[in-house]
Amino acid sequence: MIPPVFEYLRPATIPEAVSLLQLHGEDAKILSGGQSLIPMMKLRLARPAWLIDINHIPDLAYIREDGRYLKIGGLTREADVEGSDLVRSKYPIIHDTARVIADPQVRNLATIGGNLAHGDPANDHGATMLALEAEVIATGVNGERSIPVQDFFVSIFTTALEHDEILTEIRVPVPAARSGGAYFKLERKVGDFATAAVAAQVTLDSGDSCTKAGIGLTNVGPTPIRAGKAEAFLRGKKLDAQTIAEAARLAMDESQPSADLRGPAEYKKGLVKELTRRALTRAVERASR
Amino acid sequence: MASTHHIRVRLNGIEKEAEVEPRLLLIHFIRDVAGQTGTHLGCDTTSCGACTVLLDGRPIKSCTFFAVQADGREILTVEGLVQGGKLHPLQEGFHQEHGLQCGFCTPGMLISSLALLEKNPSPTEEDIRWGISGNLCRCTGYQNIVKAVQHAAAKMHEGVTA
Repeated sequence: MIPPVFEYLRPATIPEAVSLLQLHGEDAKILSGGQSLIPMMKLRLARPAWLIDINHIPDLAYIREDGRYLKIGGLTREADVEGSDLVRSKYPIIHDTARVIADPQVRNLATIGGNLAHGDPANDHGATMLALEAEVIATGVNGERSIPVQDFFVSIFTTALEHDEILTEIRVPVPAARSGGAYFKLERKVGDFATAAVAAQVTLDSGDSCTKAGIGLTNVGPTPIRAGKAEAFLRGKKLDAQTIAEAARLAMDESQPSADLRGPAEYKKGLVKELTRRALTRAVERASR
Repeated sequence: MASTHHIRVRLNGIEKEAEVEPRLLLIHFIRDVAGQTGTHLGCDTTSCGACTVLLDGRPIKSCTFFAVQADGREILTVEGLVQGGKLHPLQEGFHQEHGLQCGFCTPGMLISSLALLEKNPSPTEEDIRWGISGNLCRCTGYQNIVKAVQHAAAKMHEGVTA
């Protein structure tokens, strides 16, 4: 399948890319990893007249801790997130997430910025970044602005990014001591989107009570969903099996799946409950280490 | 027609220059422009991995990448595996262990396996299955592909220690 005709632009800097977005308006799209955009162009689901390739802009791919945040450049490949020792040791929930995205070849091109900016509720990082209370940095003509991930996903394939903004960085607050997280995904096969997936992050105090909990749900609604009621229920409690089971039930109630080829809605609700239970259990294990 | 772009790609060690339309996919550049038809176009939907090639040493699906993006970069396809007329240990392994039946997926399997072994010269069975998880084979049931990669790993190890 050959995509429709488009013009290809290769800016060398972010300001140049932003001005190209301004010049060409809604007819322009950013080409990052291209692993969602190119298939959509081949299927004529996307028909940008201008593709702005940001892959030649330096310093957009990095993973580093910087004071209060883990900072991940928007152009960082999923394979590099998956392979990062810093991510694996200190942010295992992000490692869990990156390694189940698509397949190895796709992860070599796909970027974390693209995963979020695409606004597909089936993409995996959204739920994880909700659980971590991350922020995204959008760069536009007036410079950078920070958007809490909580406010980023507006509706299906729609985010808070303006058409002339580029997602340049993801900032994850450095977790407090005794924090842990996990991402559990059920997929029919490698490369498929999640039938459902759940991200959970918890922080415990010295007496093992939960001081903070974040839970995000993938592909069970029009956007990634933050299970706020389940989070609130966990705060101040010891996270034993019974408490986790009740939180899992609350998270299930907050999911809004629809039936599709991956299964009926009731099945997906049941999955959210079980995956929440597993993700919370693993998160507590990791926080207790 | 959109404006064309002049690209220069190092394909299996040889500089290849061409004038391409932006929408030309890398798989079509490799097969139709460069005439190297070892790489196969299978599903054309980023699923099957038959079109896998190495881009600067990393396996990607060449049906989901534009040729213009490969400008200035290095591509390795199945044609680049043979060295001095001798089969690569992976090719030998696929032959020896019956790692193929119809052979359609084989060029992609070889490239994904090559990337795996370069990163991890002594993979476990699970590592191998993970390494080829982006490549579909509808004939073998994968068992003999795993054996073929193990064969190659052992052979390459011998080569290193000999």
